[in-house]
Amino acid sequence: MELVHESKPALLRELRLGDWGYALVWLLGCLYTLDKFGAGMNVYSKGILCAASLGFIALGWFWKPFRLMCVITAVLSLFAIYEYHGQIASAEQELWLKYLLGSQTAIMWMSFLFVLATLIYWVALLGRSEFAGKFASVLTWCAVVMGLVGMLTRWYVSYLMGPDIGHIPISNLYEVFILFSFMTALFYLYYEDRYESYQMGAFVLLVIAAAIGFLLWYTFDRHANGIEPLVPALQSYWMKIHVPANFVGYGSFSLSAMLGVAYLLKSKGILADRLPDLVMLDDVMYKSIAIGFLFFTIATILGALWAAQAWGGYWSWDPKETWALIVWLNYAAWLHMRLVKGVRGPILAWWSIGGLMVTTFAFLGVNMFLSGLHSYGKL
Amino acid sequence: MRFAISLLLVLAIASIIGTVLKQNEPYPNYLFEFGTYWFDMFRTLGLFDVYHSLWFLVILLFLVISTSFCIIRLSPIMLKEMKSYRERSTLSSLRHFRFRQELVTSLAPEQSVRLMDKVLAGYGYKSRTQIRKTGQLLAAKRGSWNRLGYILTHSAIVIICIGGLIDGNIPLKVDQFLGYKRIETRDMPESQVPSVSRLGSNNLSFRGDVTIPEGSSADVIFLNVANGYLVQELPFIVSVKKFIVKYYSTGQPRLFASDLVIQDKKTGKSKSVRLEVNHPLTMDGVDIYQASFGDGGSHLHFLVWPLTGASTLTTPLDGIVKHHEPMTINGHPYAIEFDDFRKFNVEDLSQGVVKAPSSFMQNILSVFSPAAHKDQELRNVGPSVQFKIRNAQGEAREYLNYMLPITLGGHSYFLTGMRDNPGASYQYIRLPLDDNGNVNSFMQLRAHLDDPSAANGIASRFAKKALAGIPNMQAMKPKLAQISESVLALFRQGGYNALAGFISKDVPQNEQENAAQTYLKVLQGTALEALNEVIPPGTPIKDKASFVRDSLNAMNDSFLYGPPVYLQLQSFKPVMATGLQMTRAPGKYLVYFGSLCLVLGIFAMFYIRERRVFVYASSDGKVLFAMSSSRQTLDFELEFKKLSNIISKAFADNKEL
Ligand code: HEM
Repeated sequence: MELVHESKPALLRELRLGDWGYALVWLLGCLYTLDKFGAGMNVYSKGILCAASLGFIALGWFWKPFRLMCVITAVLSLFAIYEYHGQIASAEQELWLKYLLGSQTAIMWMSFLFVLATLIYWVALLGRSEFAGKFASVLTWCAVVMGLVGMLTRWYVSYLMGPDIGHIPISNLYEVFILFSFMTALFYLYYEDRYESYQMGAFVLLVIAAAIGFLLWYTFDRHANGIEPLVPALQSYWMKIHVPANFVGYGSFSLSAMLGVAYLLKSKGILADRLPDLVMLDDVMYKSIAIGFLFFTIATILGALWAAQAWGGYWSWDPKETWALIVWLNYAAWLHMRLVKGVRGPILAWWSIGGLMVTTFAFLGVNMFLSGLHSYGKL
Repeated sequence: MRFAISLLLVLAIASIIGTVLKQNEPYPNYLFEFGTYWFDMFRTLGLFDVYHSLWFLVILLFLVISTSFCIIRLSPIMLKEMKSYRERSTLSSLRHFRFRQELVTSLAPEQSVRLMDKVLAGYGYKSRTQIRKTGQLLAAKRGSWNRLGYILTHSAIVIICIGGLIDGNIPLKVDQFLGYKRIETRDMPESQVPSVSRLGSNNLSFRGDVTIPEGSSADVIFLNVANGYLVQELPFIVSVKKFIVKYYSTGQPRLFASDLVIQDKKTGKSKSVRLEVNHPLTMDGVDIYQASFGDGGSHLHFLVWPLTGASTLTTPLDGIVKHHEPMTINGHPYAIEFDDFRKFNVEDLSQGVVKAPSSFMQNILSVFSPAAHKDQELRNVGPSVQFKIRNAQGEAREYLNYMLPITLGGHSYFLTGMRDNPGASYQYIRLPLDDNGNVNSFMQLRAHLDDPSAANGIASRFAKKALAGIPNMQAMKPKLAQISESVLALFRQGGYNALAGFISKDVPQNEQENAAQTYLKVLQGTALEALNEVIPPGTPIKDKASFVRDSLNAMNDSFLYGPPVYLQLQSFKPVMATGLQMTRAPGKYLVYFGSLCLVLGIFAMFYIRERRVFVYASSDGKVLFAMSSSRQTLDFELEFKKLSNIISKAFADNKEL
């Protein structure tokens, strides 16, 4: 007697040819980079490159649309880099760079597309239009791609300014606002895809649009978009992992707060017939905080490790550090409320909105109102 | 539980206080800011060092204790749950599951159970079978590690806190409390600090700083505690050969490093090393960091110019940074304290004046890009020296003088800044320079204008020249000369203020505006005359009118400047000092281990979901499939549907055996 049942492990069973091709492209890219630029990288940079490649492969396997985004981004970025011909001035001369793919232009496109997507998500929400929702979603994807292309070319351009000046573009407020925008958008797109609902976009994109507003003001009023060399305290591979991990946290927390707003509106009967189920909003809010909390924990620990190397102690009660702890404690309390006490509903929604206030203060307020080691005032 | 959440929030709020109030500043700063009443209050509450205050540590302790109890209480239960398959579940209890499905099959119970075992194994389930009277039960589970997440996260909290407390100053606090150690608050050479304020080199954990000038060495560091310090002895001697700063082509610093020789006291062996920011060094369990830098006693040479009186006689003055020199100004005794010397100063000149970067927006900017953004016009304006002039009563004013001419709006100046309290920003005086970059012309003009015996002559020559060639105005000459002389006298006494005072007192209201204009013109004309008289022929000053205006402004500002001397920095011999931070923190290994547990625990808690599946195959061919999870989210509903389809399909595929 033979029981018929296919018994491969679940993960492998679900991988298709495209997944393997995608992985192969990543690995080849990674090997090429190591071969061509390995001489200029230290062991940590190489480690980060390999780990990031594996991470992105896993992410693409886990969430399929991510693969296409990576491929398009790679093609556009490589094309842009080719068009630079090794000269910064090309950004003004080559048509492709000037109007579409140059680092600064791409970032402007990203900004424009995010704002447009926000409007259209609202049209979709108010007009109950599935089509508009899909369109807004495509725009958001395009914005993410443009943001990534802008960042990658910026990274390249920084090396054109001088080999000792070149660095990953996550070293100042201007750059991390871009990071924040497309990171939040990516998280949102993931939930949109999984829950097949466009209505959340109207709310989540609002916070991105606000970030874009700041970015534009910062660009045009303060001219903060220049690439600056790194001060000694920032010259560390820890920056490459500490900062992005932090922004996964910030992005997720913002997303959950915006869903909190949607939740409260719906439970008060506002837009009630247009917004998704409360259960679903609650679920996404929880998931978003959970992933944010995980990454924020990692980011804080990485920060402590970095501080141990740069400042002489893993914890100095520097205002930024302390506020990271406050944010962390706040969400730890949130999670206890939900997981242990089983609290649901408006309380948690309000709390996650409050959480965004705390997070924003930790992100911006500390820089503006408090001083500390993070301002690198010492050296 | 409510207690745990409250504790988390109380800790969060307590932490906020320490970020709003600047911590561990020297006590006089607080006293200055808050006044005695609040200062005493805040000090009693421990607000100047919140994170080491008793109450803060007590909250932390509560957190650790309550979490520990929680772990002790819940861990056994969790571990038991982890292991258990719940194979005792009864059919009737399974019928109450929210997620369940009933099927009919022709398979015998043991076949059904075997089939299900195989199917579920493919999805990562482990299972146990139990034979019952009326059929067979397959109890399967997956993701039990989830429970370990709770234990890991909470143990992590306890481990991290213990590690932190080891590295905190608890042992020292105890010693202090028992009187074994005492904080030193006096300013004295390190070698004279008594042993009650010294800590041996075998001290378990510490964190302190030392500043060592180039060419010197140190074998102790200083731990800042409350309003004083303790001396920590080191197991080695650090000598500083050189401190190095390198710059990007844009002027921002690229590298801070120290070339050190470290000699072990026990073995006598020494080694040369270069210490850089972000690349610490470990020696005998002590981590050494490049933390800061400063002046290590540069030699400075000044020319002292008088700012009042008819003389331009200069005197030379030599000083060493961090030392002070006595000096007599106009017969009064003063002391000059040389605080700091900087060889490079990258400043923003776009606003027209050098200013300290302390504005709101600049603070934001400085966080991520301490360097400039494009609005600013950054320039290296060369060496500067910071010093205090203290009078016999002990009152001091602080000065900041730049050595090189600074060009603003097309003219060059020497800038000198003054402030009368350390929190204020500098007020700058611009001393105009002639086209050779020399301050001598200004000084000559100033002395000439400040000479009462010369005033009469200047005034009459001014009047003569001003009215020359205007035939019908010759009668006005004495009158103009008299105005000129009195304007000059007023200005000499009190600058523009004295002029304004005179006008508002002696001139009718509706004519004041006009009078002010006229007097200013007369003053400038008179000063121009004085300039022409006093500068040696051939001294190039292209724009004499603005030179005169700038000179008058500078003279006017000098009324608020303090002791009337200008110290012109002429030459220097720089000596840098490097600031090293040294720590010994054995608790960090616990903290890192705890952090690892924390991350693994959080991952386990959120991303390993515990799921249990029960399949009860009755002898009558009915199969009950029931599923549960510790957390019933939307995903779980989907997963149940998926699994139940797979199970239905498996039974369908195996209908006929
Ligand atoms: C500052 C850190 C933390 C403290 C002081 C703390 C404290 C506590 C306390 C006192 C309990 C109650 C145990 C009981 O019922 O007796 C608890 C339960 C719990 N905590 Fe935490 N916790 C902390 C961090 C975390 C973190 C980071 C997580 C996970 C993200 C977490 C998840 C949980 C869960 C799931 C329970 C419930 C366990 C159960 O009863 O099933 N805690 N915590």
